[in-house]
Amino acid sequence: MILQELSDLRGVSGCERDVRAYISDQVRELADERRTDALGNLICLRRARRPVDGTPLKVMVAAHMDEIGFLVTGINRDGTVRFGKVGGIDDRILLSKQVLIGDQKIPGVIGYRPIHLISAKDRQAAPDVSRAAIDIGSSSKTSTEARVSLGDQITFRTSFQTMEPGGLRCVSGKALDDRAGCAVLIDVLREDYAVDLYAVFTAQEEVGMRGARVAADAIRPDLAFVLEGTVCDDLPKEEDLSHVTEVGKGPAITFMDRSVVADRRLVDLLVRTAQANGIPYQFKKGVFGGTDAGAIQLSREGVPAVALAVPCRNIHAPVSILSLNDLDNATRLMVATLHGLKGSL
Amino acid sequence: MKTLIKQLVETFGPSGQEGAVSLLLANTLQGHVDEVRTDVMGNLIMLKKGSGHGRRVMLAAHMDEIGLVVSHIDQQGFARFQAIGGVMSTSLVGGRVRFANGAVGVIGWQYWLQRRELPKIEEMYMDLGATSAADVPVQVGDVACFDRPFEDLGKRLVAKAMDDRIACAVLAETLIELGDTPNDVYAVFTTQEELGTRGAMTAAFGIEPDVAVALDITGTGDTPKASPMAVVLGGGPAIKIKDLGMLAHPGVKDWMIRTAEQHGIPYQREVLDIGSTDARAIQTTRAGIPAGCLSVPGRYIHSPSEVVDYDDVLNSVRLLKAMLSAPIAL
Amino acid sequence: MDLVAHLKEITMATGLSGHEGDVRGLIQRTWQPYVDEFRVDALGNLIALKRGQRSAGTGTHSIMLAAHMDEIGLMVTGYEGSFLRFTRVGGVDLRTILGQEVTVHGRRELPGVISSRPPHVLTEEERAAAVPVDKLFVDVGLAADELPTLVQVGDLVSMRRETIELQDEYLSGKAMDDRAGVASLTVCLEELSRLHHEWDVYAVATTQEEVGLRGAMASAYGTAPTVGIAVDVGFGAQVGVSEEESIEMDGGPAIAMGPNIHPTVRVRLVETAGRYEIKYQTEVAPGATGTDAWAIQVAREGVPTALLSIPLRYMHTSVETVCLRDVQRTGRLMALTIASLDEAFAASLAQ
Repeated sequence: MILQELSDLRGVSGCERDVRAYISDQVRELADERRTDALGNLICLRRARRPVDGTPLKVMVAAHMDEIGFLVTGINRDGTVRFGKVGGIDDRILLSKQVLIGDQKIPGVIGYRPIHLISAKDRQAAPDVSRAAIDIGSSSKTSTEARVSLGDQITFRTSFQTMEPGGLRCVSGKALDDRAGCAVLIDVLREDYAVDLYAVFTAQEEVGMRGARVAADAIRPDLAFVLEGTVCDDLPKEEDLSHVTEVGKGPAITFMDRSVVADRRLVDLLVRTAQANGIPYQFKKGVFGGTDAGAIQLSREGVPAVALAVPCRNIHAPVSILSLNDLDNATRLMVATLHGLKGSL
Repeated sequence: MKTLIKQLVETFGPSGQEGAVSLLLANTLQGHVDEVRTDVMGNLIMLKKGSGHGRRVMLAAHMDEIGLVVSHIDQQGFARFQAIGGVMSTSLVGGRVRFANGAVGVIGWQYWLQRRELPKIEEMYMDLGATSAADVPVQVGDVACFDRPFEDLGKRLVAKAMDDRIACAVLAETLIELGDTPNDVYAVFTTQEELGTRGAMTAAFGIEPDVAVALDITGTGDTPKASPMAVVLGGGPAIKIKDLGMLAHPGVKDWMIRTAEQHGIPYQREVLDIGSTDARAIQTTRAGIPAGCLSVPGRYIHSPSEVVDYDDVLNSVRLLKAMLSAPIAL
Repeated sequence: MDLVAHLKEITMATGLSGHEGDVRGLIQRTWQPYVDEFRVDALGNLIALKRGQRSAGTGTHSIMLAAHMDEIGLMVTGYEGSFLRFTRVGGVDLRTILGQEVTVHGRRELPGVISSRPPHVLTEEERAAAVPVDKLFVDVGLAADELPTLVQVGDLVSMRRETIELQDEYLSGKAMDDRAGVASLTVCLEELSRLHHEWDVYAVATTQEEVGLRGAMASAYGTAPTVGIAVDVGFGAQVGVSEEESIEMDGGPAIAMGPNIHPTVRVRLVETAGRYEIKYQTEVAPGATGTDAWAIQVAREGVPTALLSIPLRYMHTSVETVCLRDVQRTGRLMALTIASLDEAFAASLAQ
């Protein structure tokens, strides 16, 4: 499964090489042109193959290749490895995890002070991870330095897994934000449209939507869609509060998040298309997170943009969960929407 | 069965002073069992002999209830006290307690009408109606239990000491109704469970059973803002899988579930996050004994008004009878 | 014997307190070639007997070696929509299981994840506190109506964790506490098959240590040994633990001293280590050691008992880390000590 292979690949922001190489290979026959820019974005062009009056619209669809993770920032005297977070990671999920360091995939663990030595009162506070370090089993700085270098990327050692088969067809893995978006975008490239489709696999979204910003500047699209993995908070709650999105209810349309107020026309287009084609969808309820849409929208003189996302539980944690139903429906909706674009908005 | 329950719950019997409960049970079960004896800890041990082709089964229900012990009498005649077993300070203020000699005390709190926070036992005292230390009807060392009558609400029953007199009632009724059994049934009414399952230790050491089932009470998760728990009042007897002190022997647990299902008796699977039972002590006696626990669901446990469901009680008797009447396969 | 393969196999097997069946079977198969007989007692302890070769004039003496095979984990307590509520079995630090992959042992083995709310939606105060247990759930990716057919209250949930090899013969995985101890018993039994020993040896993989030393109570009573040695894990030097609180990794087993430990047994262990140049350390336990040794010491009329602790980092997390050499040293030390036990030693136990 492409999603499985994408999820297991390693590519922290700034280190997207392996993911980009895989995707480039997957789209070799699907794109008329492929190029990599200065930030590491993989920009693929699939020209319009259906008849259109006048110049075809330039539509940019973006999904980011990078995942949250860490970089090696130092090596301690005792041989343990210091690390810095790349992207927004909740400190509390760091503990008791296995990681892989660098191209050699050196295995390491992030441990913690044993429960036996912590008072009951202290156990009620979030753990202090300020001096957490990765243990690779080496007992000296020199021994570690022979295997690990400053700046090496560090990813969670998580394997993609199909969960117990049920109506939702859930899968678990790391980096579903946004390898889910990448998987959708690869499938979107298989169809013929009446627009010039710029499928951009962006770099460095997690550290500030950096890749999308420069890609949009170069492409100057007429409009843009962003495919994402998004916050899903559908755990049980005491009060009647928003779940933001829910697994199984279809791709989520973002009308607003912390980076963008989506172009109303694009939101309506997505909704109309979903309804016309009987595709389930939901709205992302609540203003949380940011996506490449925020960067693209403010490019040059502005680009109408909207984000369409697959709900992911435990986003920004070592293991996320999504429903393949939502993934398939995101693909269906994106394809149908692009089919519906002919002239101007 | 309600008459027996009423008699049992209204009897005085805090940990260490179970004599009256023991006497009541011995009288009630006379003629229904083959042997009766009492051990050093005061456990009441009854044997109903089997046909000889079964196992040695020990059942344990504790006779003791939580209570208060007088620790000091001040010059004005107020009595300071400490807890016997897990007494909740929140259930005391304004309540009444009764001593073995019939004296009644009212629980007062130093800061009544002054403060709003939770009271501590050290800040409380008993008012025994005395005018001075001279005419206090009790002494230091005297023990009291909650003073509340049994209430029959129809399907639901309310009383103090449902923990664990309701299980004593279940065990007694089972012995009365039990017909032929292949198993040697040791019905033990234990002492001092509330102080740390103490009676059960010596009883089990003496009996050396092949298998043991404790009978106790458990909480429910069906009241407002309750700690989440799968057991509900009226859902049937609870078969304990785990509590804070004990993991049920899987074979015993499965035997209980199988029996319930074969006889169409409703039951619930119980995982309790607090507390433990006599099963915990029995399980590690000598070289170890396969043990489990059958629980009657209850609300407001360790308060003066514990509530159980009468159908749960009747079904507990049905289940226990069915378990004992057949060979036991673990 | 391939110690790495053995350790990987037994740490990755499932055996939560009270339900150690699966790992017990594995351990029994591994010990089979080295022992004379097995029995399993009422609490599930695996008791293996390797008879000694008694010379004339020697009484029957036995030594019990105990390492616990149970691991900590979780248990399902109820449903909440399409998620599962749980409680702990043993001392799990709930703060270390956020985002942990687990296996729910229901009607089938279901892969799951310990879920909690994403940081984006939490207030700063919520992020500064540990997630309370009633806000933690197991997610197996099913809908609410699909759950009851596959999962019941009381089903066990174990940590899903592959044991990995780090550098320099360090291994990391779940349940090293105390499967590393069990592995050291395997090493010991294998060495003993090449040594002459007079005393009978009871190698016991105990149950329910993590919930109150319960298996050790029963098995010590049942075997009634002359001497007992418990093998467990000790706090290895790591980030977040001070020097005073820990023992050295790769420093060999720590031989404990204190009221829980019989000095004569301890001295014999120390002398043996010295004679055969086996690295060891000393740790002082002024009170309860928190291990099976505490229970064994007061079985029946009392048993002279000692404790060996294998240095281990990150205790009670799913990345517990040990140095293979420490496991080997512990096993060897026990075997060579046992080989030295004779009638004179038995007599010297009277204080």
